[in-house]
Amino acid sequence: MLPAAEPAGSAEKEMDMACINASGEISESARQILAAMLEAAPLTQVAAQTGLPLYRIRSAMRELSEAGLAVESGDGWKTTETGRNAIERVPTGA
Amino acid sequence: METGITQNNHSLPRLGQPAPLFEVETTHGTLRLEDFQGSWLVLFSHPADFTPVCTTEFVAFAELAPELKKRGVELCGLSIDSTFSHIAWVRNIEKNFGVKIPFPVIADLNKEVASLYGMIMPGESKTETSRCLFVIDPNGILRAMIYYPLSTGRNTQEVLRLIDALQATDKHGIATPANWKPGDKVIVPPPRTTEGAEERMQAGFETKDWYFSRKAV
Repeated sequence: MLPAAEPAGSAEKEMDMACINASGEISESARQILAAMLEAAPLTQVAAQTGLPLYRIRSAMRELSEAGLAVESGDGWKTTETGRNAIERVPTGA
Repeated sequence: METGITQNNHSLPRLGQPAPLFEVETTHGTLRLEDFQGSWLVLFSHPADFTPVCTTEFVAFAELAPELKKRGVELCGLSIDSTFSHIAWVRNIEKNFGVKIPFPVIADLNKEVASLYGMIMPGESKTETSRCLFVIDPNGILRAMIYYPLSTGRNTQEVLRLIDALQATDKHGIATPANWKPGDKVIVPPPRTTEGAEERMQAGFETKDWYFSRKAV
């Protein structure tokens, strides 16, 4: 189980975030984002690949990097080993 | 004169200046103004969730969203309600009206953003935001503001027209006349010198007089 990220500016540590819930599980959109960054990619490419707006991707990067699931890499971002493991734990819904 | 209305010290944001920064909880997670950098943003407030005029506006903005998307514009709503209220309301709108709300809604319970943007009009309500709308450009500059009272729902086609006008201005360095719509002729900015005025008369525009020239774009 992943450590749950603490929401910015909030004292409610058990609150669900957009990408990671209070149980430390990632959301479906977070899984899609992480899957789009298995190879380092600029955020615009991640947005295009996931179909999510760029503002959602930027917001997600703060959460995912705080939880150790994504890191900046060159001109883009990349899913960490912890992030890869998180993807495998989430049903794809397919 | 005694009006019974308490003045506050909150000033309105200014056109042409950077839009006030924020970091807020929304129905799409924690968002900052800078997350929208590179896109146009229409930030709009409504008085309260689960109210009829606001519901018609949310449906109208949701229906406008695809046209705005084509123009590189994101939408973001705001009211002094909780995220839980927002979530319940947008789900209720989808259930009752068949319209999915595609944009985030800011939960501004502490009125932080409402105060920064001058969205609360104490003469109307001290606990609700009025129907305020701010157009912020891709560089974070506040380009337009529209204020409507609690009682009057907004015209979303006017919002689209405003976006088209601002983008035409940026693209062509022109101004737009009253009731302009895409395809209409635009206003060529008037010259600022007597020499320029002389030259304008020969410039080949559709010119009524030295200060009034139009052209197609």
